[in-house]
Amino acid sequence: MSEAVSALGGKSVKGFADVAEAGLVGMVTIRADLGTKALAKALKALGLPVPGQRRIESAEGRQIAWMSPDELLLICAYAEAPALVAQLSEALAKEHALVVDVSDARALFRVNGTKADQVLTKLCPVDFALLPDGEIRRTRAAQVAVALWRSDEAEISLICFRSVAGYVFDLLEVSARKGGELS
Amino acid sequence: MSLRLTKGGRLIDRSKPLGFRFNGQPMHGFAGDTLASALLGAGQAMVGRSFKYHRPRGIVASGVEEPNALLGLGTGARFEPDQRATTTELFEGATTTSQNHWPSLKFDVGAINDKLYRLFPAGFYYKTFMFPRFAWKHVFEPIVRQSAGLGEVPKDADVDRYEQAYGYCDVLVAGGGVAGLAAALEAGRKGQRVIVLEQTPHWGGRAMVDGGQIDGHDAADWVAAALAELKAMANVSLRNRTMVSGVFDHGYVIGYQRVGDAEPGSDKPRHRLWRIRAGQIVVASGAIERPISFAGNDLPGVMLAGAVRDYIMNWAVAPGQRLVVVTNNDDAYRTALAALDAGLEVAGVVDAREAASGPLIDAVKARGVRVYEGHGIAKVKGRAEVTGVELCRQAGEGTVVMELACDAVAMSGGWSPAVHLWSHCGGKLFWDEAAVMFRPDHARPPTGADGEAMARIVGAADGKLRLCEIMEEFGLGAVADEESAIEPVWLMPARAPDALRFKAFLDYQNDVKVSDVQLAAREGYESVEHTKRYTTLGMATDQGKLSNINGLAILSDALGRPIPATGTTTFRPPYTPISFGAITGEARGELFQPLRRTPIQGWHAARGAHWEPVGQWRRPYCYPRSGEAHGDAVKREILTTREKVGMLDASTLGKIVVKGPDAGRFLDMLYTNLMSTLPVGKCRYGLMCNENGFLMDDGVVVRLSEDSWLCHTTSGGADRIHGWMEDWLQCEWWDWKVYTANLTEQFAQVAVVGPKARAVLEKLGGMDVSKEALPFMTYVEGELGGFRARVFRISFSGELSYEIAVPTSEGLAFWEAVAEAGAEFGITPYGTEALHVMRAEKGFIMIGDETDGTVIPQDLGLGWAISKKKEDYLGKRAQQRSYMTDPDRWKLVGLETLDGSVLPDGVYAVDAGHNANGQRNVQGRVTSTYFSPTLGKGIAMGLVRRGPDRMGEVLDFPGDNGAIHKARIVDPCFYDKEGEKANV
Repeated sequence: MSEAVSALGGKSVKGFADVAEAGLVGMVTIRADLGTKALAKALKALGLPVPGQRRIESAEGRQIAWMSPDELLLICAYAEAPALVAQLSEALAKEHALVVDVSDARALFRVNGTKADQVLTKLCPVDFALLPDGEIRRTRAAQVAVALWRSDEAEISLICFRSVAGYVFDLLEVSARKGGELS
Repeated sequence: MSLRLTKGGRLIDRSKPLGFRFNGQPMHGFAGDTLASALLGAGQAMVGRSFKYHRPRGIVASGVEEPNALLGLGTGARFEPDQRATTTELFEGATTTSQNHWPSLKFDVGAINDKLYRLFPAGFYYKTFMFPRFAWKHVFEPIVRQSAGLGEVPKDADVDRYEQAYGYCDVLVAGGGVAGLAAALEAGRKGQRVIVLEQTPHWGGRAMVDGGQIDGHDAADWVAAALAELKAMANVSLRNRTMVSGVFDHGYVIGYQRVGDAEPGSDKPRHRLWRIRAGQIVVASGAIERPISFAGNDLPGVMLAGAVRDYIMNWAVAPGQRLVVVTNNDDAYRTALAALDAGLEVAGVVDAREAASGPLIDAVKARGVRVYEGHGIAKVKGRAEVTGVELCRQAGEGTVVMELACDAVAMSGGWSPAVHLWSHCGGKLFWDEAAVMFRPDHARPPTGADGEAMARIVGAADGKLRLCEIMEEFGLGAVADEESAIEPVWLMPARAPDALRFKAFLDYQNDVKVSDVQLAAREGYESVEHTKRYTTLGMATDQGKLSNINGLAILSDALGRPIPATGTTTFRPPYTPISFGAITGEARGELFQPLRRTPIQGWHAARGAHWEPVGQWRRPYCYPRSGEAHGDAVKREILTTREKVGMLDASTLGKIVVKGPDAGRFLDMLYTNLMSTLPVGKCRYGLMCNENGFLMDDGVVVRLSEDSWLCHTTSGGADRIHGWMEDWLQCEWWDWKVYTANLTEQFAQVAVVGPKARAVLEKLGGMDVSKEALPFMTYVEGELGGFRARVFRISFSGELSYEIAVPTSEGLAFWEAVAEAGAEFGITPYGTEALHVMRAEKGFIMIGDETDGTVIPQDLGLGWAISKKKEDYLGKRAQQRSYMTDPDRWKLVGLETLDGSVLPDGVYAVDAGHNANGQRNVQGRVTSTYFSPTLGKGIAMGLVRRGPDRMGEVLDFPGDNGAIHKARIVDPCFYDKEGEKANV
């Protein structure tokens, strides 16, 4: 593997909250019947549960997120994604399931600071006051699809499609600009 | 003349003087002033000229209802016209200009219109500019545009930033007066999430000026305590300078926050648009005072009584030294008292009522002010400022009984509840005869999805004008002066003759007078909506906040019917004008639309690529070298590719993986040909049609494994086709076991094309790409030049061609590796235009060129790609309809001009005769046309009636300037018909 680069190479900017592209991150889309034992077993091998509706669970540096009634997203280290695809495909070989590497199709951003919510309140139709820890929300940021969750005490993580990473970064930058605080 | 008082002014800070300019003249006000109070304080009574008659106009109101004081504010990139002086906070260095006059505010040429008022009746434009027709465009419109209209259009791009934000709450309170605060307290104490929006910078509304007692405290103290309690509640958010602009279905509320208006150049955004979902909306928007229609009621110095009171108490500004109050209600007496308390003179109170009594009236009388009962103002005297008023009997025809010298008039025709927000989403009103107002009908509120009321209306907005009535709803005791009944006064005097009615203004901003509405009625206008449009009453930027009720009362009177039979016009958002910037939010400049970028975008940009938009992508059209014209660059790219080798960034191509036990069956339904029989490792070109049989997308399908396929789509079609697949899977064939994933962005895709393509890949190394190992229309997965790669042997150019997909993260590195490996073979990057030309040389169709949503595959000679074996596929049934099987359909052919020139794009082939519209009959059209550098002549494709049966025929294509292009019908494949070059 040579010279893999993320969409924006870790670009960051400081405002009333800090915005940074998180660099290369591994992501695996799993489409399957979320109720099957095989899936539970396959994830258990990674120390992860099958997440409930809109939940995102973490274990050993990986996360598993509920994306739809038949879709999960596994977030992991970039380098291990191909092996995890193989491992999960093997484990689900007898099931009707689709496991694909989407690490390169996405960009991940982190918005950090006590007012991180406010940056996103200006872009996403999400009631952040009611967004609990451990919940992932598929929504939009201005004109593009995103998914977001609280990844730390004062941090929101946001995933978008890689081709619009530049657009999303610019959105976050302008929204986080000092003077634009909501309170 | 207006003036600043030496004492008082609740809202101003005299220790902070602020300098500003009005029409170039330096003036000063204080922190806390509005532009209006600062102008009045500086003695500037006249602030503009009226729209139609260019009459001198001054400030009438103290809030959002102000019709006259619209100023140009700022300069250059911060200039904005039509800024309402009464709602714009003063800031240091503000540059303001009056509008609608030429050459100057004091001397205005257009004022001649005022003398010619008889020539400008209602419907003037409709009546005058009809004939001759050409004159409108060339004579009338330019003149009208020069002399009419309000402010100037800004010339520079706005440098400020604007944004939007989303909000959620159980209860949204619109208005931070005492009713709004009480409602917020009620909800807040119950633990509900509350948002309170107040359009001004200040809380407490009218009670702060008008006083009274609430719950045993002075109103102002109660407001302070209420605010303190609300601020302490975590579940309540208070936002001033934020107007509720509109109320929409499902509890959707738009708020307009003026964040940085008073601090231009600061780091704050200028405006913010709030998009709020509220469980319930509490409308506490107060009431708006009505003017009285008497002659000269628009002269600078004539002001609403409540506004006069506001200016005196809030900003220590008076419209004059000697005031006359004219009213039909008790409330205006508060203005007389406020004026007296401020040390001003009150020349008299003119009360249209024959007999009225009450504590407020008594208090005024007790201070020695004469009350002229049963009287009205016949006429205001003065040219550009008030010098006095002529009094008459209200019941009469205006015979002057006496004159009062004064320099300001405070008028009150009663108060109209601000029911706009209640009405935006369907709340109904009823006419309250006794209170002389349209009030919200609680039995017919705006309703939500559950059929229940989604809004509640409280306070003055609910028609409760007295503090005790307002607070009773919240279980709070309140004390305010008793008031006697209002009497309706729609015209002063009641039987005013023409001469007076011609100067009695209803709508200040659009210069509509009592006589105009009466004329409309005489001309047959009965509906208030029609009258509004005919006379322009209430159609200005103030949306008739002052004029509507007075106007429809005049109309009702003229039509001899009661006011409720006339009804109101429709209340529509926004409540007051909001900036385009706020509506646009962040979506301007680079953020206007999402721009999708491939990982190789930067490389293209660095090579000076000329871009072509493809969906939201920007793809290189060509890579012109320095000094090279685009056409020459395209030519060079094609010839290099055909002779040596070229490379194309094909990353934008849609790539959708389809997997499952039913995936083959699913693809057989989606594509016109058979995909289930495609062997693993093989590629097949496929067509996708919609249910109507029309071709909607195409691409190469690859069988990845026993149960999975990779579907390539067009660049612009990936998301749409993925959605199409999911639609069928989720809604129609929900029991089929198929999963899809859109992997378009997972892979960067590079096409290496040309006779040397294999050599380049061999140089990269690591994979056997020979004809034997990787024949045409197959694919292989492995390592190429150290990259994880899928290599497809497919060709859209007719050349030996490989498309290599690598992970996007390595896309740029791979591209550069190909460029390096190809250097010795003379490789060139080529753009979309070279791609288009090369595919046209081969006669390959392009979705969007050869198709337009009305074309079926059979029209395009693609019958070979339509399975005859399949029982069904999407579009099959439709393609069997008689119209689709009509042999007269226009079908794909090649076209070659007789002289080798290039046919214009989109031109039609004419046929004999004319159609019903007198146009030439047509028999075909050009769908793609290019200069082919390979063949050294123009080539084209087109759809022609029975085209394939007419090979060799010459058609006429009329072009611009009478030119007729002659072209011969030929085979659409112009290059390597046998396909030998791709299959080597």
